[in-house]
Amino acid sequence: MSLTIFNALVAVVAAIAFAALNAAYLVWAERRGAGRIQRRPGPNVNGPLGLLQPPADGLKLMAKQLTIPGGADKALFVVAPVLAMVPAIMSFVTIPFSDTIVAHSMNIGVLMLFAFASLGGLAILFAGWGSRNKYGVMASVRAVSQSISYEIPMLITVITIVMITGTMNLKDMVAAQAGGFWNWNFFPSFSSPLMPISFLLFFVCTLAETNRAPFDLGEAESELVAGFHTEYGSMGFGLFFMGEYANIVIGTSLMTILFLGGWNCPFGLYPGVWWFLIKVYLLIFSFIWIRWTFPRTTIYGLLNLSWKILIPISLFNLLLTAGLLKVF
Amino acid sequence: MGTYFSDIIRGLWSLLIGLSITFKEFFKPVVTVPYPFKTIKMTERYRGHVELIENDEGKPKCVACGMCQRACPSGCISLASKSVSYEVEVKGEMKTKKKKVLTKYDLDFTTCSLCGQCVESCNFQALTFSKEYNLASSRKEDFHFDLLNRLKERNS
Repeated sequence: MSLTIFNALVAVVAAIAFAALNAAYLVWAERRGAGRIQRRPGPNVNGPLGLLQPPADGLKLMAKQLTIPGGADKALFVVAPVLAMVPAIMSFVTIPFSDTIVAHSMNIGVLMLFAFASLGGLAILFAGWGSRNKYGVMASVRAVSQSISYEIPMLITVITIVMITGTMNLKDMVAAQAGGFWNWNFFPSFSSPLMPISFLLFFVCTLAETNRAPFDLGEAESELVAGFHTEYGSMGFGLFFMGEYANIVIGTSLMTILFLGGWNCPFGLYPGVWWFLIKVYLLIFSFIWIRWTFPRTTIYGLLNLSWKILIPISLFNLLLTAGLLKVF
Repeated sequence: MGTYFSDIIRGLWSLLIGLSITFKEFFKPVVTVPYPFKTIKMTERYRGHVELIENDEGKPKCVACGMCQRACPSGCISLASKSVSYEVEVKGEMKTKKKKVLTKYDLDFTTCSLCGQCVESCNFQALTFSKEYNLASSRKEDFHFDLLNRLKERNS
């Protein structure tokens, strides 16, 4: 009994450390990447390559006072940033980084991840509603409609994967893709010829679910000041930020596990946690790359994309895969 | 329905073109100047505040005629001079002559509009625009320049 509690404690501490470190240094990577794409150096003054910028930013945020606006719903206002961060950390528990590095391998890992992912939308709703700010309310309404409409194609795609691999355990899913890159779910096979399109679809949905540009309508600066975190300062804002980046890590990890063979090497050599991390960080780089390439869409364009394109295609893919699985 | 798929394909293709452009930019060298550590040379026609020009002996070329002071629409130049007598040889005999020597040339930069009337009005090419642009300060007094002193510091 004591051993399991100890294990859980280690897992939670490791998850928090990993999430926080990633959040801090992804901000740095984001700013450096943005700088490179816009042909400027980005943060480079604090420490070598500006690597001390994240701790400096963190200290600044922590030193500030957390103000609660008058007329705000105090409970919701305080709970929202925590609710943005906690599910992100909880999700790390079930993600298998390698064959052995997994806190708790569950039979319903995929289900749990998506349950926690949908809590993120709730945090944004709480934040926007609780801060009694018109921009906040508008942003949270947008964010909720966005997360609802993008969860559908995402889940349908996941159902397709679950049908192919026949399991909801993330570890078993990766194990099913062992071998070479031709065994990955990303590549089409006889029973699932539309897998690359499925991957693209899942990629777009992850971008939208993590509120990343070009789908960051929840915090559209040009029209909604800062969206749902307009009224947040100090570490309240910091937690939203960390939650966002932790969600990106989760989303990319999920993509890696579902489509890109997790910790498997593309050529069957030395499978291990490094392959997982390489894939995850390449995907994160593509997220940053996309953010600094495309302008923000409109809310109509966003919902049209989901309901008119992503959902029909994912449904078609689901039916096709189901039929072909029956045939072969 | 007719253009449904072609719209998707074309849209995706245009997105890929955008991505390829930013990817190429990613590896190009930076074009910005890291300002406090490096500065760029100002162009020939840059107008900073005015500055006195020196002659071969390192003294100001200015003869203290006061044309610039009169030309200034904002009245931000104030100069003072004194008479100095000196001996000069004219046709074999020594003669005592007098000339004006600049003793004070103050520029009140707080009211200067950088119109350049002073530089244009000068008949002795004794005034020019400096290339100074790091002029931020929180105190008004920092913008009262003693140009004579600046010239001396430049020479030393």
